[in-house]
Amino acid sequence: MAGPVSVAAEYLAGSRARAARTVLGQVVLPGEELLLPEQEDAEGPGGAGERPLSLNAGARSRVRVVCGPGLRRCGDRLLVTKCGRLRHKEPGSGSGGGVYWVDSQQKRYVPVKGDHVIGIVTAKSGDIFKVDVGGSEPASLSYLSFEGATKRNRPNVQVGDLIYGQFVVANKDMEPEMVCIDSCGRANGMGVIGQDGLLFKVTLGLIRKLLAPDCEIIQEVGKLYPLEIVFGMNGRIWVKAKTIQQTLILANILEACEHMTSDQRKQIFSRLAES
Amino acid sequence: MKETPLSNCERRFLLRAIEEKKRLDGRQTYDYRNIRISFGTDYGCCMVELGKTRVLGQVSCELVSPKLNRATEGILFFNLELSQMAAPAFEPGRQSDLLVKLNRLLERCLRNSKCIDTESLCVVAGEKVWQIRVDLHLLNHDGNIIDAASIAAIVALCHFRRPDVSVQGDEITLYTPEERDPVPLSIHHMPICVSFAFFQQGTYLLVDPNEREERVMDGLLVIAMNKHREICTIQSSGGIMLLKDQVLRCSKITGVKVAEITELILKALENDQKVRKEGGKFGFAESIANQRITAFKMEKAPIDTSDVEEKAEEIIAEAEPPSEVVSTPVLWTPGTAQIGEGVENSWGDLEDSEKEDDEGGGDEAIILDSIKMDTGVEVSDIGSQDAPIILSDSEEEEMIILEPDKNPKKIRTQTTSAKQEKAPSKKPVKRRKKKRAAN
Repeated sequence: MAGPVSVAAEYLAGSRARAARTVLGQVVLPGEELLLPEQEDAEGPGGAGERPLSLNAGARSRVRVVCGPGLRRCGDRLLVTKCGRLRHKEPGSGSGGGVYWVDSQQKRYVPVKGDHVIGIVTAKSGDIFKVDVGGSEPASLSYLSFEGATKRNRPNVQVGDLIYGQFVVANKDMEPEMVCIDSCGRANGMGVIGQDGLLFKVTLGLIRKLLAPDCEIIQEVGKLYPLEIVFGMNGRIWVKAKTIQQTLILANILEACEHMTSDQRKQIFSRLAES
Repeated sequence: MKETPLSNCERRFLLRAIEEKKRLDGRQTYDYRNIRISFGTDYGCCMVELGKTRVLGQVSCELVSPKLNRATEGILFFNLELSQMAAPAFEPGRQSDLLVKLNRLLERCLRNSKCIDTESLCVVAGEKVWQIRVDLHLLNHDGNIIDAASIAAIVALCHFRRPDVSVQGDEITLYTPEERDPVPLSIHHMPICVSFAFFQQGTYLLVDPNEREERVMDGLLVIAMNKHREICTIQSSGGIMLLKDQVLRCSKITGVKVAEITELILKALENDQKVRKEGGKFGFAESIANQRITAFKMEKAPIDTSDVEEKAEEIIAEAEPPSEVVSTPVLWTPGTAQIGEGVENSWGDLEDSEKEDDEGGGDEAIILDSIKMDTGVEVSDIGSQDAPIILSDSEEEEMIILEPDKNPKKIRTQTTSAKQEKAPSKKPVKRRKKKRAAN
């Protein structure tokens, strides 16, 4: 299986495969091949890109590298499947070789297991709710997957309500399933989202940026006025502030953050803080 | 794909915001979104952006026989298409209701108002008339398709130029754009649709509803008017009960809006006319700005270039000099030398197919050129030869033989008589083909 795939990939690559370390932070295109660090040493000077797969490949010491979104394992190398910037994160505890992934821009969401998303209930049928999460199929949510729910004590969920939950099953062959409790059985912030507030949609890249630790935008927004905010990895954001005007301002700021540089953002925030 | 359902939360929020006279993007109740009109390179091609809603309009014309009961009038044909890229919910089979409604409204607005003089489209009564076809494509749906479509239609019609025709007795002469300037259509007035969305059983109204506002509205009122304050079409849908004074108020607002939009259209047409006359650049490539994503932008990093020169010199000094390429020509017979291997000898095919191989000659020359590069032959020193080389396209160009005791590196060309010589080198013929490609 790996054999023909790697041959095909080499054909596509055309040029020499580059070391992943050298391309960090640069734009990569689908079809490119990247060499992992331990493979570069074995290359030798002047080695051509094509290297036959050695039979004693297992004898080499392997570092466990995690292949994130936008990358796929192809033989011994990483094959890029999305265009964007290559990123790397060092391992925290020292074992393994870290994570590599490609930062790309996208608006259409594909369900991924473990993601926390905001869904809209579209139908109630028997014991399950059908929830629209922006993917190709509506996800199913059982009424028992809420904190404190039993057969007698059903949760109060109507059609059209907003749900914050996470996926337990999400792959391309099955209908996605989500739950509103974590593995300990506690809600942990998930469940039905309150009545008021505004829901709007942004790109997936912006959500990831806002959810990164120490995000400046969130800190600055928090200084403006008290607010409640929920981020769904499917590009949906729910926002609530004291008045409608404030909520609208927040929504517009977050939507505009995509295309603004940090200077422009600081200007806007300072103007808002004054008024 | 099914449309994303509207959550209760959004619906409630939007209605409350409208009660407080607030709109999602900060507009006032009677405000329109930004209208941008850009023109393509062809006459009659335009794109209208109403906020994020985009409509592309294209007008074309054709000479046809007229309808039997209207022998002296031209034919108008309008078509609005909802492209699948406009919204995920638009699929080839699914959009029929909305599509029919929009098409009917557009036709009533433009055809029944007689904004275009169809009598002027007649070329020969009963035999040949112009058929004008307006094709509109919705490229992005962010609410209020009908307004954007009507603006696009009328702008495209005003921008369009049809070929000039002259009739002499029985002869009809159709002039190409090079012979005679194309002629604009005769347009009496410009009807423009303005939409009003009603909420809470007609209590609140909004002009130019957004896509979200359209989802929560109770009913829609569309008034088509021209700048002379003549109403061309009125349509009320959604089943709401409107009072007389509400409709009158809406028509007053429409008058004001239509005047503004007509002014904008005339200015855009004038600008485009001016640019074309002055010979400047026009078309979509110039007028549509590139959108940039700055989310992952890297700041410019200052680089210290003070020691670049020294470093460069060091590198050059340490590097080895490039190896000399020495070509060793093989002398086959006096006057024929071979440098390098060349491609496989195909003398036989070449003689037969040479006359008709003009098209293939170009490709061949390119392939042969690259092979020539590998052998390191200097082609550029033609000028240093004594014998003149004639660069011409003619098949029968004279071939010149170089003196054998000259520098064998230079390539020689061969006369047609010398072709019979069993020269393994294809170089001379390569040279010849290259001349043709170079010309």
